[in-house]
Amino acid sequence: MKADPHGVLTGTHFLDGDHACCEGALAAGARFAAGYPITPSTEVVERFAARVPTVGGTFIQMEDELAASIALQGGVWGGAKAFTVTSGPGFSLMMEHIGYAAMTETPCVFVDVQRGGPSTGQPTLPAQADMMQARWGSHGDYEIIALCPNSPQECFDLTIKAFNFAEEFRVPVMFMMDEVVGHMTEKVVIPPADEIEVTPRKHTKKSVEDYLPYGTNGDMVPEMAHAGDGYKFHITGLTHDERGYPNMTPQVQDKLVRRLQNKIRSAADRICLFEEDRLDDADVVVVSYGITSRVAQRAIDAARSKGLKVGKLRLITAWPFPEKKIAEVAAHVKAFVVPELNLGQMVHEVKRAADGKAKTYAVSHAGGGVHNPDEILNTIVEASRC
Amino acid sequence: MLNILDNKLDNTPDDTVNPVEQFLRSDRMPHIWCPGCGIGTTVNSFAHALIESKIDLQTLALVSGIGCTGRVAGYVKLDSFHTTHGRAIPFATGLKLANPKLNVVVYSGDGDLSAIGGNHLIHAARRNIDLKVICVNNLIYAMTGGQTAPTTPGHATTSTNPYGTFEPAFNLPHLVEAAGAVYVARWTTFHVRQLARSISEAFQKKGFSFIEVISPCPTLYQRRNKMGDGLDTMKYYKEKSKVKHGAPTSEVGLTLNGEIVVGKFVDRDRPDYQTMMRAQYVETLGERYIDVTDEEPETECVCG
Repeated sequence: MKADPHGVLTGTHFLDGDHACCEGALAAGARFAAGYPITPSTEVVERFAARVPTVGGTFIQMEDELAASIALQGGVWGGAKAFTVTSGPGFSLMMEHIGYAAMTETPCVFVDVQRGGPSTGQPTLPAQADMMQARWGSHGDYEIIALCPNSPQECFDLTIKAFNFAEEFRVPVMFMMDEVVGHMTEKVVIPPADEIEVTPRKHTKKSVEDYLPYGTNGDMVPEMAHAGDGYKFHITGLTHDERGYPNMTPQVQDKLVRRLQNKIRSAADRICLFEEDRLDDADVVVVSYGITSRVAQRAIDAARSKGLKVGKLRLITAWPFPEKKIAEVAAHVKAFVVPELNLGQMVHEVKRAADGKAKTYAVSHAGGGVHNPDEILNTIVEASRC
Repeated sequence: MLNILDNKLDNTPDDTVNPVEQFLRSDRMPHIWCPGCGIGTTVNSFAHALIESKIDLQTLALVSGIGCTGRVAGYVKLDSFHTTHGRAIPFATGLKLANPKLNVVVYSGDGDLSAIGGNHLIHAARRNIDLKVICVNNLIYAMTGGQTAPTTPGHATTSTNPYGTFEPAFNLPHLVEAAGAVYVARWTTFHVRQLARSISEAFQKKGFSFIEVISPCPTLYQRRNKMGDGLDTMKYYKEKSKVKHGAPTSEVGLTLNGEIVVGKFVDRDRPDYQTMMRAQYVETLGERYIDVTDEEPETECVCG
């Protein structure tokens, strides 16, 4: 379906990434957000708090991130599209409810504008060190989707994508920004509402008698009902059967947890978005995401001007990890160079997917700033000689 | 197409059918609660309150946290949410804000609501968000085996205070009154009719309502403290309870074997969260403000 024009600020704007993310959420149909202030993410909900009363929605500032991350799920089951926004320390507190959203299949979006860590770290400075936490932070086996914008324009475009994935797969989607992307200001073009595709909630059309809250009928994503619709359904974070009733048998656990994984893994080809450039003749491929991809671009261009055969693979989807693409590329390149604002996170995934067919070089940076392009260039040169 | 249950007691066609059964998920019985546990008794009173209050079951949602009382959500035939430990109130807050037409009940235990969820409890009362909270207080963490809770009275023996507790306990009515609740009552599981009436009354209130139910845990609290079985506890509740409507909540703290002050302590009015929110937006935004309830939901719902 098309976006509700109420929420769409059509036009050409000069916005920072945080504000663009908010506009993306409104365009996607988000009408409920619960938040707790934390730098460098707060501007997203500040703008939402100003905008949403005029488009028929609600923002509430909760008492902490534990509350924000579950209030938004109450909002979803009350019928709204909903999200919350945070940064590292708050993201840590939200892990409990990322697990709850995964288990109860509550479609929602968690925005994490990453800053330096661990702990309080560097509140006003960038990092990309929550990437593994986004994937594995809550206990138990589950699968999520994570997207990484590298510009304010993408903060708008991909936030819509994040909501659409959340609805399509009934999964919490992690929107992994970083402080630089959140605070940089650039041109953002917001198209007319009728050019924005939004995915509606997968609401059941079944009768009360026929409806099973977690019945899948062959499709891996069950249909939803909302409180007040008359279905009198039950939702629990306990392992549950198709009725939504708790069941402690290994068989039901196996069936449920495998489905939660497979509904994402089986669609990975469609979910995995990436940008590639000059891979055809490349000996070395730089794999990067978020703000680091823009620093890496300069290093790639410099290497090309030196005559080195370097290609670019930018991860737009971090999770599920595009391992098929990495494996394909690994078959005909010498090495991957993986710069990121952490001491090595996604590089391990690249190495795993490359499976020994190509070497993998990390260009680590502890955060608090971005790479000097020369650091990446030097590693490209080293990798070209391998 | 929807099967709206007739919730009038006197219309029940067959008097051999338990009038409460219509509110329960019979296919989930037997429940997990121990013999002598008071939680089932509170559910019985809750069900009678649904009958008495004639509340529209279609718009009623029930939210629980984790623990023995947290299992209530799984047994009632309502839109029901078994959430995470301590977070029933913030979940319910989101539910109510997204769909203000819902009547939202939070049904959980003392540990869930006042320890891990204590921050949410006081902030929901401060906001005066329109939730009806039923807090079953068995004075202990029961599901995990009888550990000390913030509500455990001094000198009680628990699995984590085997030589007796010594930290002061929360007086929950006092806490929630101070935080801003508009309706505060306490009963025991001996007071089944009074409890049902209080729940019915709370349904008439707009704002944060809190009903504490003192309830036995014969398996872990009464037994360990040599207080006898379920019947002995009923005798204790009967003999030691004093009905004091309007009692100052500062004076209703509980002790190990002492008097239990019960009754309706607080019944006052102040604007609830959503009323204040709308008033503020109307004042500052005027016609630019669009209320949530004015908009059609963006779903392709056909179920009505």
